[in-house]
Amino acid sequence: MDAQVVQILQLTLNGISIGSIYALVALGIVLTYKATEVLNFAYGDILMMSAFIGWGLIVVAGIPFWPAALITILIAAMLGYFLDRHVMRTIVGQPQFAGVMLTIALAFMLRGLVSMGFGPTSRSYPTPWTGHITHIGPIVVTDLNLVILAAALIVTALLFLFLRYTQLGVAIQASSQNQLAAYLCGIRVKRLNSFVWALTAAMAAVAGLLLAPIALVDISLWFVVLKGLAALVLGGFGSIPGAILGGLLIGLIEQFAGVYLPDGAKEMSAQLVLIGVLIFWPRGLLGEAHGRRV
Amino acid sequence: MRFAYDTSYSDAQQLLRYRSQWICYGALAIALIVAPWLLPAYYVGELSYLFIVSIASLALMVLTGFTGQVSLGHAAFMAIGAYTHTLLLDQGIGFIPSILGAATLTGFVGFIIGLPAIRVSGLYLAMVTLAYAMLTEQIIGRWKDVTGGFTGIPVSPPSLFGYDLSSLKGFYFLCLVILVAVLLGLINLMRGRTGRAFIGVRDSEAAAATLGIWVGGYKVLAFVISAFVTGIAGALLAHHLQFLTPDGFSVMLSMELVLMVVIGGLGSLRGAIFGAILIGMLPTLISKIKPLLPTSISSQFGLETFVFGLILALFVMFEPNGLNGRWLKLKILFENFPLYRRNTFRRGKTYMHSERYR
Repeated sequence: MDAQVVQILQLTLNGISIGSIYALVALGIVLTYKATEVLNFAYGDILMMSAFIGWGLIVVAGIPFWPAALITILIAAMLGYFLDRHVMRTIVGQPQFAGVMLTIALAFMLRGLVSMGFGPTSRSYPTPWTGHITHIGPIVVTDLNLVILAAALIVTALLFLFLRYTQLGVAIQASSQNQLAAYLCGIRVKRLNSFVWALTAAMAAVAGLLLAPIALVDISLWFVVLKGLAALVLGGFGSIPGAILGGLLIGLIEQFAGVYLPDGAKEMSAQLVLIGVLIFWPRGLLGEAHGRRV
Repeated sequence: MRFAYDTSYSDAQQLLRYRSQWICYGALAIALIVAPWLLPAYYVGELSYLFIVSIASLALMVLTGFTGQVSLGHAAFMAIGAYTHTLLLDQGIGFIPSILGAATLTGFVGFIIGLPAIRVSGLYLAMVTLAYAMLTEQIIGRWKDVTGGFTGIPVSPPSLFGYDLSSLKGFYFLCLVILVAVLLGLINLMRGRTGRAFIGVRDSEAAAATLGIWVGGYKVLAFVISAFVTGIAGALLAHHLQFLTPDGFSVMLSMELVLMVVIGGLGSLRGAIFGAILIGMLPTLISKIKPLLPTSISSQFGLETFVFGLILALFVMFEPNGLNGRWLKLKILFENFPLYRRNTFRRGKTYMHSERYR
């Protein structure tokens, strides 16, 4: 096969794999946003913290990968529940700006705690797939990338089934449409919000555990939240399918910009997409028209 | 208790209306003028730094506190101001034209960044400005021919009318004079037609539009004014740092500026200065406290970030009016001393206005 075509296929596969992590991040943020109307700027830091917890369990405590991953996800979920129950709940009903500020404050505190606890050095941990590669025709893929893709698909499918078919999931949908009406129907909205935080924090942990082996366990992992925001905006803010589509597209754009555009375009592409979409096309790909009540 | 009893329009227009205010602000002015001779050199430098961040914080307050537009990217405006000023000085242009040129260019960039504000607001604007700040940092880092890239460029010392202002005292007074000028300008702007329009846009865009206020225009104008003043602060910061690298203008600096206005208390210029003083001094305070802590904590460098977050969280949760709100409470407590009513400032129950239809 032509080398050019192979390269394009290769880049597409890598882009989809990275993009599925961005999609997971975007999915977590949009779930929190829809259910609680808080844009969670601390999401990247929850992700980063889970990566460090995972490292601690695998490398320091010597626990095998799967139990360690499970424990990390549980810890992250408890952290998410705690943060909403004891921090975010105190400002319910205040303007949106207060929510933004409080999540930024939480982000700072988590980042500070992690760098106090672990120090500034970056690390890595082994996974069952580290170093293995698979050949699909002429394309070479690391197994990690395939696992990332599979895990993202599984999480998304589970989330879909959960939101569609369980009582709790339907309750989340109801409260994301109208909190007061949901409350009057007997849904305990506050507790539900805390649960959504726990759920999204667990998703952050999955994303963090997947991202860390290909990126390195480092404080700068939180930057992925910016990619997630770009994905959200591109897909259409507030739309769950849009978040997934946007994430994949951002991953692809980054990979292709890194090869076919001048130096530095890879780092800037997500931000450029975010600004461009918001200025020229604020609805995004699958977004609903958003307006403001008077 | 004091009641306003005006006998002419000029009474109502005065900035300092009572003898007690004249005394307090006069004492503050004298203290600031004699401070460089009384304080150790280190603190004189710190004070000039506080003046610079106060200017930037005032600029952000105009945008966020008065016009209600969140900007998470003000460090980029500071960077543009700082680099332009440095490059213009290197071309042999005098200090005043150079700083004005830097501020004008920053204002123009503010105009461009402000244009999206007509279409997007709230969270979306926060994301646009955040992305813009990260882009600016990248561009400065990669545009090596002009900005020196990540290695940085040195800043030539400031001099005005042939006097060298690079000494600590000279620079202190330079910053002080510019701060006072900016403060007076903004106070007058904010109590005039423009400022009232800004507040109208902040409180309700629809209501402002029905009153004939050109909402889009005033939003962009707020960006331009804010960027212009931030550009001045950036130019001064260049002299304070003496060596410019893109790292000095990272997202962290933007966040610190936002912290200043939120902690100071949104919607008051006094709050902007309080916030700038608190946040500007925090690193010094932490380094003073560090020796008292156990070494396992003090040797780690995340402590500062953690304390920033903690203070911000406490203010958002327990004192949303910020330092300025606390100041007003204390003032009323002392003015009506035995008769203070706690409920004067009680927070009413508020319900969030959803940003969504449906």
